[in-house]
Amino acid sequence: MSFLDLKNVTKIYPNGTKAVHETSLSIDEGEFMVFVGPSGCGKSTLLRMVAGLEDITEGDINLDGKLMNEVDPSERDVAMVFQNYALYPHMNVYNNLAYGLKNRGIDKETIEQKVNDAAKLLQISDYLQRKPSMLSGGQRQRVAMGRAIVRNPKIFLFDEPLSNLDAKLRIQMRLEIKKLQQKVGVTSIFVTHDQVEAMTLADRLAVINNGIIEQLGTPIEIYDNPKSLFVAGFIGSPQMNFLDGNLKNKTLSAEGFEIKDINSDFEGEVTLGIRPEHLSQSENGLISLRVELVEQLGSDNLVYGQLKNKKDFCYRCPGNQTIEKGSNLSLNIDNNKYYIFDKSTGKRVN
Amino acid sequence: MKIKPLQIIAHIILILGVLLMVVPIWISFASSSHDSVTILTEGMKFHIGDQLARNYNEVLNEKGGWSEEVTAAKMFINSFIMALGIATLKVAISAMSAYALVYYRFKLAVPIFWLIFITLLVPLEVRIFPSYKIVSDLGLTNSYTGLILPLVASATATFFFRQFYKTIPDELLESAKLDGANGWSFFIDFLVPLSKTMIAAMFIFMFVYGYSQYLWPLIMTTAEEYWTVVMGMKIIYTESYEGVALPRTAERFAYIILSMIPPVLVVVFLQKWFIKGLIQTEK
Ligand SMILES: Nc1ncnc2c1ncn2[C@@H]1O[C@H](COP(=O)(O)OP(=O)(O)O)[C@@H](O)[C@H]1O
Ligand SMILES: [Mg+2]
Repeated sequence: MSFLDLKNVTKIYPNGTKAVHETSLSIDEGEFMVFVGPSGCGKSTLLRMVAGLEDITEGDINLDGKLMNEVDPSERDVAMVFQNYALYPHMNVYNNLAYGLKNRGIDKETIEQKVNDAAKLLQISDYLQRKPSMLSGGQRQRVAMGRAIVRNPKIFLFDEPLSNLDAKLRIQMRLEIKKLQQKVGVTSIFVTHDQVEAMTLADRLAVINNGIIEQLGTPIEIYDNPKSLFVAGFIGSPQMNFLDGNLKNKTLSAEGFEIKDINSDFEGEVTLGIRPEHLSQSENGLISLRVELVEQLGSDNLVYGQLKNKKDFCYRCPGNQTIEKGSNLSLNIDNNKYYIFDKSTGKRVN
Repeated sequence: MKIKPLQIIAHIILILGVLLMVVPIWISFASSSHDSVTILTEGMKFHIGDQLARNYNEVLNEKGGWSEEVTAAKMFINSFIMALGIATLKVAISAMSAYALVYYRFKLAVPIFWLIFITLLVPLEVRIFPSYKIVSDLGLTNSYTGLILPLVASATATFFFRQFYKTIPDELLESAKLDGANGWSFFIDFLVPLSKTMIAAMFIFMFVYGYSQYLWPLIMTTAEEYWTVVMGMKIIYTESYEGVALPRTAERFAYIILSMIPPVLVVVFLQKWFIKGLIQTEK
């Protein structure tokens, strides 16, 4: 049994909403797991069941070999960082960090030492006497992390902790969280709807949709090998291009072009997926793109345009290429890097 | 700085308001420093007279009542104890019941809340006979417990605490739980400090409420040693004085002025807490 084990966990809210469906998942000690998915897919619910803040309707959660279903959150030895931090407004930073330790009956000197160590690690030593209302967003974030770290819990839970920060700070804190987790080595679950955050933080990530884990794997596995239309569309930025097509006798006829010798015996309506970065210009390419807009990011250009059948399409090329608005590009798919999905079920077929 | 006409009008209205509050108190105070005879013959006074010390000394130390045993000082103390008991218990009980109503999600929470709320429609004066019956059956007449206990449940304060607790984000409770707080420590470590402004305000209101009780102590007490301020105002100094039926008006004014002191002290004592909470929101 691994460190954290979810077995067929289901959550049905009293109002009948089925937020999580029979989810099973194992997380190893020290692993950084990310739950990613669109808003309302049940990520928070799953996390909160691990924390004990929501009852488990069905299934089992085991943490460190102990069944957690009926264990009170205060007894679970988990720490959580909330989206709005949930700092204790009437306590100064020191007491915010110390509160959990006091409740565990730890003696004063040890508390002081632990708080000071955590404060140093998070660079908040200078603010220990301040109230949370006198801190900036980034500092509050650090205090929230400090409050989790100082207790040295079995597992860290993060529920979209970065979404209240501005873009720059978000990237900076993302890095810090990752570094910190590697340093402290605590098993962590991080919930986010931001796929970039998910990709950069995760050792492994779980892509969740409608209360179901659609795919579980390392970020690269999921990027390279999405198992469903949903995962393919959700992971990767800019989003994967999707084209309608028909697969028959290992030949895919898409709108305006054909791909032969496809590694699949599936027959019928399909969706072809091509990532914008898996294309390159070549003469007599498969795809002909009429350029409407070019976003120059410096390192890359994002080229937006339409195919012959007026379908929107995106192509990503190195930033040193100049591409004129209104021009026609001829594109080929790199190394058979395309994905074919059953149109009716969304399952990958190639 | 230019002064606008509107500001002048606003200030005139405010000053009038202040005068309306202050002048009666001043007249009472000034009148309390004269001889009763002067007041009776010449009416109320605006200036300080020469009988101040004598009148106040008399009020505080003279034994009054039918048995000539209770002093005004004793009545102030009685009322103070009663008001303190009522205010403290009212605040504590309302805060705790509001806590239960908001944080313990049991099925009957809402009906129970409305039931509590409906009791606003039956104040003590309406249920005074049954209440008296219960208290006297319990043998609590002529005791501080009897004075205080029937008045300690407050729908109003419960309502205000409930509304306040509802504005506290759930994450705070969840976060505290994960930090190992139990139900009791969440109340003591979080709700009490967060609502201290509320507590101070409620305490002041409830203190004044308890202090100004009239009907209940009147019915409850037969022993003069449990008389309270408002009762005394009516009873004491109405009897004839050395055979001559002279109302002792000056002493009554002195009594009124003295009776204002305990609530004023409570306000002065709590105002720092109260104002601090008002200007520095901690949420
Ligand atoms: N307390 C609740 N009562 C009823 N339904 C809820 C409750 N909390 C969340 N839900 C529903 O459960 C689903 C999953 O919610 P949540 O786990 O918060 O999603 P996420 O965190 O992925 O955005 C949503 O459809 C949401 O409306
Ligand atoms: Mg959420």
